[in-house]
Amino acid sequence: MSDITRAEICVTACADLFLGAGETLASPMGLIPSLGAKLARLTTEPDLLLSDGEAFLLTPGSTVEGWLPYRKVFDVVAHGRRHVVMGANQVDRFGNQNISAIGDHARPTRQLLGFRGAPGNTINHRTSYWVPRHSPRVLVEAVDVVSGVGYDHAVGPFHDVHRVVTNLAVLGFDTPDHSMRILSVHPGVSIDEVQKQTSFPLVADDVAETRLPTDEELDLIRTVLDPDGKRDKEVPA
Amino acid sequence: MRDKRMTADEAVAGIKDGMTVGIGGWGSRRKPMALVQAILRTDLKDLEVVTYGGPDVGLLCAAGKVRRLVYGFVSLDTIPYDPWFKRVREAGGIEVLELDEGMFQAGLRAAGHRLPFLPIRAGLGSDVLKYAPGIKTVRSPYDDGEELVAMPALKLDVALVHLNRADRHGNAQYLGPDPYFDDLFCLAADRRYVSCERIVETFDGPPQTLLLNRMMVDGVVEAPGGAGFTSCVPDYPRDEKLQREYAEAAADLEKWPDFYERLLG
Repeated sequence: MSDITRAEICVTACADLFLGAGETLASPMGLIPSLGAKLARLTTEPDLLLSDGEAFLLTPGSTVEGWLPYRKVFDVVAHGRRHVVMGANQVDRFGNQNISAIGDHARPTRQLLGFRGAPGNTINHRTSYWVPRHSPRVLVEAVDVVSGVGYDHAVGPFHDVHRVVTNLAVLGFDTPDHSMRILSVHPGVSIDEVQKQTSFPLVADDVAETRLPTDEELDLIRTVLDPDGKRDKEVPA
Repeated sequence: MRDKRMTADEAVAGIKDGMTVGIGGWGSRRKPMALVQAILRTDLKDLEVVTYGGPDVGLLCAAGKVRRLVYGFVSLDTIPYDPWFKRVREAGGIEVLELDEGMFQAGLRAAGHRLPFLPIRAGLGSDVLKYAPGIKTVRSPYDDGEELVAMPALKLDVALVHLNRADRHGNAQYLGPDPYFDDLFCLAADRRYVSCERIVETFDGPPQTLLLNRMMVDGVVEAPGGAGFTSCVPDYPRDEKLQREYAEAAADLEKWPDFYERLLG
């Protein structure tokens, strides 16, 4: 299939976050990660559990297969069989994430949502981030407030910050000091561009190109998961 | 059995300046807005408000009722940020204790169980503890020796919650998919008030939907539409139009007085 869009590449990159997850609760925040999780469930990860964002676990056909009100989500968080893909107002070199406040927490220049579940997620189970607009304002040297815990603050047995998927690249932390590295750049994006849109130096010694969706995946994205093309609003072509 | 029916104004009449008030619901979902509005009609001030925050926070901040806010987030769900909360925070206008959502639940559970704290991993490594130096860690007394957050009890003077149905004695039922944490708020509080869409003689539906029993409730307020523009499914969904009007007015101090007057009727 032709005319593959950047948004579709981001969807499959998000789907690939769940490779090997098995019977794990996928908690994607935002449209592209949600499409990715649903795509993974329909293709590579049929055992994945998906919530409707309210209190139900749903099959791909939208049948209720489980009950998961917020209090039970906290049980899953503590139990650990969960991979959350959160947003980030800021994410830094070591994978710290900020959704709390910009500036001084006592009197922020910009108040955001608050810590939400980020501290508990990152200390208990695998966490990835989705950044629809990769820019130096989001990819910062050090976050103003540590909501999600990065590798330089990591404690305990279960910390596992996995990947950052952006509109430009897929990034990871498997370097000697867990500083961020480029795993792949999306087709048409240069390593220089990713570096220019990032406030700190990225490790870029073995960079691949992000894979294209398969014909089957494209068909699922376009006809089943997002026939109205909402994905192209989140990530313009 | 005692008849605990009362008006919203009677329910909040016992609240004193400086008290700690827990508010049930979650974000812009099943918030006890009729009870919150009853607070807005009083001269109360310096409240410590404990909430998974939604428009309850914005309205109480707008009215200058809040001295200190304890929260995991403040959001209107379909509108990410509450403009009033943003305004008072960016002006440094209130004290805050900002928690991880799971820590917040652990704090309510500790209070309900009359424990000084409950251990939890959430918070470790994050800035929650940096901004809340009063929250300590504790070391496991067992062989693992793991360090954990000792989440202190979030004790409440008063809990305000809104459910779908209640009887006059204080048994109360949720009919939507999520109980949120309303039972925990009631267990954590000295005085507990539930508003409901309808007072019934007997309950329909499975017994697991009876979230509160009368040991957990001191007052019952029949308040149809008592969740305001927040959702109270299956009785009604969120009133997105009114919520948008709220958010637009909250973001514009010239529009606010008219909206506020209209909301309070």
